[in-house]
Amino acid sequence: MMRIPCILCGERDESEFTCGGTAHLVRPPLEASDREWAEYLFFRDNPKGVHLERWRHSYGCGQWFNIERHSVTHEISSVYAVTEPPPR
Amino acid sequence: MSGSRLAPPFGTRIERSRPISFLFNGHVLAGLQGDTLASALLANGVRLVGRSFKLHRPRGIFSCGIEEPTGIVDLIDGSHRTPNVRATLAELHDGLAAQSVNCWPGVAFDVGSVNGWLAPLLPAGFYYKTFKWPTWRLFEPAVRRMAGLGRASLAADSDRYEEVSAQVDVLVIGGGIAGLCAATAAAEGGARTTLLCAGPVPGGTLGWRGDPAIAAKIAKAARAGVTIMTRTLAFGVYDHNLVCATEQLAGTATLPGALRERLWKFRARSIVSAQGATERPMIFPGNDRPGVMLAGAADKYAHAYGVACGRRVVIAANGDSAYRIAGSLRAVGMEVLAVLDRRPNSHIGAHAEGVRSLAHTAIGRVIGSSSVRGCIAVAADGHSTPPERLNCDLILSAGGYAPAVHLHSQAGGRLRWVKEASMFVPDGFAPGLVSVGACAGVFPQAIVAEHAEEVGRALALGFTVPAAPVGGLGRSLASSRLGTARGKQFIDLQNDVAVSDVGLAALENYRSVEHLKRYTTTGMATDQGKTSNVDALVLLGELTRREPAEVGTTKYRPPFAPVSFGALVGRRVGSLYRPLKRLAAVDWHAARGALFEHFGNWHRPAAYPLAGESLHDAAQREARSVRRSVGLFDGSPLGKIELWGPDAAQFLDLMYVGTMSTLAAGQARYGLLLNEHGVVVDDGIVARLGEGHFWVNTTSAGVERTAAAFEEWLQCEFTALKVLVTPVTSRFGNVTVCGPKAWEAMAAVGFDAALAPNSMRHMTIRESAFGALPLRVLRASFTGELSYEINLPVEQTGEMLERLWPAVTGRGGCVYGIEALEILRTEKGYIHVGTDTDGTTLPGDIGFARALDGKRANFVGRRSLLRPAARDPQRLQLVALAPADGRTLLPTGAQVADGVPPTRAEGHVTSSYWSPELEAPVALAMLARGSERLGARICVQHLGRRIDAVVVKAPFVDPLGERLHG
Amino acid sequence: MRNHYSAWSLLRGAIAGHRNWTAAWRDATPKPAYDVIVVGGGGHGLATAYYLAKNHRITNVAVIERGWIGGGNTGRNTTIVRSNYLYPASARLYDFSLKLYEKLSLELNFNIMLSQRGLVLLAHSRHDLDSMSRWTNALRMNGIDADLLTASQVAALLPGLDMSPRARIPVLGALTQPRAGTARHDAVAWGYARAASLLGVDIIQNCEVRGFALRDGRVVGVDTNLGPIRAERVAIAAAGHSSVLAELAGFRLPVTSYALQALVSEPLKPFLNTVVLSPGTGAYLSQSDKGELVIGAMLDLFPSYAQRGSFAITQSILAGVLVLFPAFSRLKMLRQWAGIVDVVQDSSPIIGRTPVPGLYINCGWGTGGFKGIPVGGWTLAHVLATGENHPLAEPFQLERFITGRLIDEAAASGIAH
Repeated sequence: MMRIPCILCGERDESEFTCGGTAHLVRPPLEASDREWAEYLFFRDNPKGVHLERWRHSYGCGQWFNIERHSVTHEISSVYAVTEPPPR
Repeated sequence: MSGSRLAPPFGTRIERSRPISFLFNGHVLAGLQGDTLASALLANGVRLVGRSFKLHRPRGIFSCGIEEPTGIVDLIDGSHRTPNVRATLAELHDGLAAQSVNCWPGVAFDVGSVNGWLAPLLPAGFYYKTFKWPTWRLFEPAVRRMAGLGRASLAADSDRYEEVSAQVDVLVIGGGIAGLCAATAAAEGGARTTLLCAGPVPGGTLGWRGDPAIAAKIAKAARAGVTIMTRTLAFGVYDHNLVCATEQLAGTATLPGALRERLWKFRARSIVSAQGATERPMIFPGNDRPGVMLAGAADKYAHAYGVACGRRVVIAANGDSAYRIAGSLRAVGMEVLAVLDRRPNSHIGAHAEGVRSLAHTAIGRVIGSSSVRGCIAVAADGHSTPPERLNCDLILSAGGYAPAVHLHSQAGGRLRWVKEASMFVPDGFAPGLVSVGACAGVFPQAIVAEHAEEVGRALALGFTVPAAPVGGLGRSLASSRLGTARGKQFIDLQNDVAVSDVGLAALENYRSVEHLKRYTTTGMATDQGKTSNVDALVLLGELTRREPAEVGTTKYRPPFAPVSFGALVGRRVGSLYRPLKRLAAVDWHAARGALFEHFGNWHRPAAYPLAGESLHDAAQREARSVRRSVGLFDGSPLGKIELWGPDAAQFLDLMYVGTMSTLAAGQARYGLLLNEHGVVVDDGIVARLGEGHFWVNTTSAGVERTAAAFEEWLQCEFTALKVLVTPVTSRFGNVTVCGPKAWEAMAAVGFDAALAPNSMRHMTIRESAFGALPLRVLRASFTGELSYEINLPVEQTGEMLERLWPAVTGRGGCVYGIEALEILRTEKGYIHVGTDTDGTTLPGDIGFARALDGKRANFVGRRSLLRPAARDPQRLQLVALAPADGRTLLPTGAQVADGVPPTRAEGHVTSSYWSPELEAPVALAMLARGSERLGARICVQHLGRRIDAVVVKAPFVDPLGERLHG
Repeated sequence: MRNHYSAWSLLRGAIAGHRNWTAAWRDATPKPAYDVIVVGGGGHGLATAYYLAKNHRITNVAVIERGWIGGGNTGRNTTIVRSNYLYPASARLYDFSLKLYEKLSLELNFNIMLSQRGLVLLAHSRHDLDSMSRWTNALRMNGIDADLLTASQVAALLPGLDMSPRARIPVLGALTQPRAGTARHDAVAWGYARAASLLGVDIIQNCEVRGFALRDGRVVGVDTNLGPIRAERVAIAAAGHSSVLAELAGFRLPVTSYALQALVSEPLKPFLNTVVLSPGTGAYLSQSDKGELVIGAMLDLFPSYAQRGSFAITQSILAGVLVLFPAFSRLKMLRQWAGIVDVVQDSSPIIGRTPVPGLYINCGWGTGGFKGIPVGGWTLAHVLATGENHPLAEPFQLERFITGRLIDEAAASGIAH
């Protein structure tokens, strides 16, 4: 069970959070093609390694934020606001 | 009966003045306070304790600890039974009752032991090669009858379990000298330090040997501020330095309802593993006979429990520890006939005074079947000396050691093979975890203490942690067995995996250590291979010409030892499992005879049956009352969310199908909520309270996910919008008054005349008051009748229901439950999201195709509705159905299909009730091309029954919607 | 005939001290080129190779496996096989698979211990009963065996189940599929491996793909730690690692990898003779022929390639079991592990072409891959051999994510698969 660093509250147990999946998805406009829409809805990098993803402190302050986390070791290397650009 | 209690002073753990009586297989036996079940059985001379898994061979006590593979019993207390308990860990108490496992009718005469005779036909994986024809089903029942060890109790456990979380700087696992030294140094360095000790007392080997220095060490640890927890076993290291452990609380007594175990979840800045090492068994023919055991175990039984496991001892050795133990056993008066050392003279680095020792010698055969009566010593080379019979009654295995690297591996540490001592040790440190003492491969006591102290200090003060000075064991051969030996030699004593089975696996190409484990089941017994894994992989290496390091180990995973489900779950059982939500006015409903059921996570009245009424009858009566006069309903679970802010209107346009920004203050509108896939996930009513203030009703089940969706879209996508989302479901009660006489009833108790139907229209909201009580009254209807939803402070719900009650009943009305509501909304053709819709339903499927036109906002899910699948003419669409004969209820879930199965279905019935208003069945269904099939005759099929039905026009009741307006 | 397994060969083995057996499958060193390379030596990959050889006479095939065969999800699941699927496309696919399973022990000459002891899907509310009524009827329309059980029938089948009306998770009835059950998971991998190997397929363990060789945009082979291996047709059958391989080939999949946990209890004398699924708690369990309770449940709900699983999920799985079976509190968890499952939005597989010509894929089975092994292999072999999708696999193409024609069983039934 991981410790997740909430951007507002600090580290808490994983069970207080909800993972919202890959971060930095860009929502296409209505005019987007079916393929572009599918890319946004379904297709993912799904890396075995560092993943940028968003989490919500659901059973806490309710804040959404982004983290950089390794999908094998589960090590969390950075935490940043949803509106911030990815690290590096 | 060869074992017995030694005379004093031996027995550091037992209290000779406190006898205990216990039951084993129905026999009353005597033990002492401080005994384990195993030590007490051995003291009583009991050798035969159970039977092995596959071959039902006789099994005795093999070890003195957690690694026990064979001394497995069921403990029985009252009506409850604890299966598969290791006798070596069960602390004896008065009245303890134990039963052997896997034998029938008894452990001495066991019918299953016939398997022993069939052993040649039952090599590893025999079941993969046979029992195929004509079908496995024919053979399986017989195999299942043989399966399993203990018996599960099928009565509920009256004992309790709980869970505690704790944070520490340094968590030390293991209460021996290494753990004590590390913990003391850490605490002295200022770290908050906890030490977990699996047994009832700390001190480890030195402790049970009665070394006076250990008491001083324990006192020093306590003075330094170390929290010492006993009977607490760390079983797993998880992500981000979480260590889970169980504390045994009912170890020495069993009062029903007692707290039995406590789960500890430690978050540690640093973890120190000091779990010691397990002795490796020797492999020789007959090495599974009761009376063969680990040398260190016999030593501990003698010194800690004052029990001689035998009188005439032979020690089979592959390490220098044999000589120390030989001396130790002689000191308590046991006769050591010989140390038979597998190693050549050049490898032997110790000797025992007055004990005959034979180098390069091994056991060629064991004499005795259910108990050892002797053995034959043979030269390792097979010829240099003649075989010799030794009339021993106890054979001890001193095969070297396997450091307990489990927690290190669980934490992600790597292993390396130390050739000299033939053991796997940690290769450096694992992330967040340092090993000390024997589990790090460090053995000499003085070096252990010094290294552990340095580690403790370094962790406390943030210094570099010193590497483990591995060594001190002398030399051991990788393999403890003779290649020339004949006869069954066991690797896994519980699962009956023999050397020949490993050989067969190698021959058949199950050469990965994981294949070996799975094919032969070695290491998969309840001891999890603690006594077998290293021998198995060494042997596999020998057979496939690979070094042990190359063969590798199987993956070490939690739990380190089996953990009870009860401890893992703690208090998340019964009513505390996802606790149900209860209505504020629950007592009022109970007093009105409510029949409560679970609806999602709510405990709600389904109906209010009168004496002799069924649920169905009650719901019919209630629905009829609503249509004819007035009904009272507690709608408090209805989801309620308030939205505030200058951009709230724009935001709601992005969330809902339907435009909310054009609502004037006081107006309300129905809304469908989609997810980004275009699927209908909720519906409800949005009402505007002010310019930047909205009231949103969601379904009872959908409010959490709707509020969560609002937050996610606001925080992650529409980040520029200024909106505050406040879920207020639990703040407001909802009392709904519904029916043609709804207003009459409300007026009678004094509601503000401004709420009268002629001044307050359908689909409007008013802030009002009832005396001093602030209200938000919404005129909206799920029944098609004149309806007022009175939202009020939740704690006033019961009082409001009580105030309205005489006015309602005085007009022939009643209180109604969910079941009546379902009837009423079905009569009106109103959907219930999640009942009539499922996770594939799009708005167009339920008649909302036009709502999409003319709206500009790119609301959630909209783009998905433009994909080809959404425009498929074959989609299922909501229709109303009536039975062709006008009488037969169309079962919910019935499939619409003409043909005889297997055939293609065209839809299914989603809601179906008997309408008290029409005195006929009414139903809703999802039907392919449903919107074009009005009047069509179809067939629905339910469990082989066929019923003709007609697609009819909804709603069934009040088609013009006149009743809504009172 | 030393390779034929039977009671007689076992008897002969006993006489010979079991020294007469030969390798169950041949460990091959890679040849420079093959007709087909299958990446992934799990059940799906091995079945693909077997059916290529058996159904299509294509035997110049290599199965390359990064670790040891059957070491991924094939050896990490809860061994349940069933075909109680709502949609015709899914029902056809999974029932074809179950039918292949029914013949598999005899066909492969390897006892996979298919135990059709039935499956019981519990209904915890009247709403669940309605859903199961729909499900049962839909299954029957699809030609699949299914029935509804009353509460007392369920109680008789499941000793220890809390049937009291005050139970936190009450049981009102159940759906049953009598032909469902379990099969010995390792045996499925080994059985296919042995049969494929006998037909000439090369099985190469400890061989890791490090890249795909492309020529003019077409796949022409793979690069591995054992060197390059060439083939004009390459298939990926790598479950949770599908995305990693797709990335090497230069495309993305609609897949996210999650850890799915399972655990077993210590062995107990058998008392639970059917597979139980509880949608209300997410728990599912059965008792193996060894006596261990085999328990599984929900995903760890964050992307992961770690085969260990979160302790919080272990706890909630077992809480679900104990709320149903309060008597089980003193049973002990013996082993716990996780597999990496390839989850797609609709929890249905993808079997067919990829954007790279010559490269085919079988993935997306999510939590349900084991039961699909025979049909996954059968249909992937078909498209590899013929270049045409097998009719059963036609609805299960990557294109469905663009058209929106998802086959979403979980969404339709409201119950996770």
